[in-house]
Amino acid sequence: MKNHVLRPFIVFLGIVALILIARIFLVPKDFGVGERGYMYGWHRKGNEEDWKKFPVKYMGKEYCKVCHSDKYDSINKTPHKNIICENCHGPAGTPGGIVHYDPDKRPKLEIDKSRAQCLRCHFPLPYPTSGRAKIRGIDPDKHNPDIECSTCHNPHNPMEGLR
Amino acid sequence: MITRRDFLKNSVLTVAGAALPLAAFEIIDPKKLMAQEAANSAKVRWVFLVDTVKCVGCGMCVKACKLENEVPYDANVTRTWVERYVLTKDGKVWADTPKGARDGFTTGKIDLNEGKFKDIRKEDIDKAFFVPKLCNQCDNPPCVQVCPVGATYQAPDGVVLVDRTWCIGCGYCIMGCPYGVRFFHPVYHTAEKCNFCYHRITKGMKTACVDACPFSARRIGNIKDPKDPVTKIIMTERVGVLKEEYGTKPQVFYIGLSKEVK
Repeated sequence: MKNHVLRPFIVFLGIVALILIARIFLVPKDFGVGERGYMYGWHRKGNEEDWKKFPVKYMGKEYCKVCHSDKYDSINKTPHKNIICENCHGPAGTPGGIVHYDPDKRPKLEIDKSRAQCLRCHFPLPYPTSGRAKIRGIDPDKHNPDIECSTCHNPHNPMEGLR
Repeated sequence: MITRRDFLKNSVLTVAGAALPLAAFEIIDPKKLMAQEAANSAKVRWVFLVDTVKCVGCGMCVKACKLENEVPYDANVTRTWVERYVLTKDGKVWADTPKGARDGFTTGKIDLNEGKFKDIRKEDIDKAFFVPKLCNQCDNPPCVQVCPVGATYQAPDGVVLVDRTWCIGCGYCIMGCPYGVRFFHPVYHTAEKCNFCYHRITKGMKTACVDACPFSARRIGNIKDPKDPVTKIIMTERVGVLKEEYGTKPQVFYIGLSKEVK
């Protein structure tokens, strides 16, 4: 045991053993090879559940319909039927998971009435190989600048007469 | 006669040796691993279908994604974005994606960065179109292979996820992704990426971008279900993928893809 090679080797073995023991406590119990094998599935299984618990914010049109069926029915008869309510009214859910129907914690929805919101589709871009060219557009610098589109046009029924 | 020194030394060695359970020395058998991988009999494999002809570049998908997934709204990072390509008759390709198209494309001028813009006359345009981009959830994800700690991985249904509690922020995966879909989350300082709204698709909902798209340019489906409309399109129509030559087997399919799209 007085060998100068053997003694540091024992110290080395001790360190390796310490790391292996520490590993038992530090690595979560559910860490291991998942269904996608060692190369792609080496992970903590519980993280899949963590992601599933993430709160939903965009609830979709059918959710809004429960209370606002009148608006739901009217917009469904117009070319704007494919735009979900939350695209303009903001998401019904919040990062805390509170949703719009809860009367006590109901978050106030901020309606985006800006011209920029309408121009997302209605700024004319004459792109021959894109659906954009088929949408009617206006020149925002010439077509009543400074006023909101909804002053004259009803976004829930854009085809009806001007207000 | 045993000395005090030898007694202590031997005691420490014996205790440490006894404390090491056999599990610490687990040797991974390659045969067992191969068998495990082959046995992945998941009934779901999420895929995405993008129709670049239908896309009008409104950017509603980007806005919805940022709000849904709590990606800081004004930070210049996003899980999905829309690129505009304008091909002019002189053979040039102009492409931009201001703020990832969070606010859509509300000008005909191409953003050349650093405050410079390029105005293109209508007569000069040969082709022009929009291409939404998001994580390809590759079958051979290079980002997962380079992770040194097992923080990013592929779920049984094919979605590549990031474990925020386990990520050390080394950034190898951000470098490893050929599609540039990964970035550092400005709040958590961990790798961040599109995960097909994992919290939504596992509840039977569609992703936020799919719901927000007014033109059905974005669709999500299960390629293992032959009755799925998205599967039918991928199997019967002409679809392309991005950077096929990298061998990553991307699972986001595009209708109307052009060679100029990188």
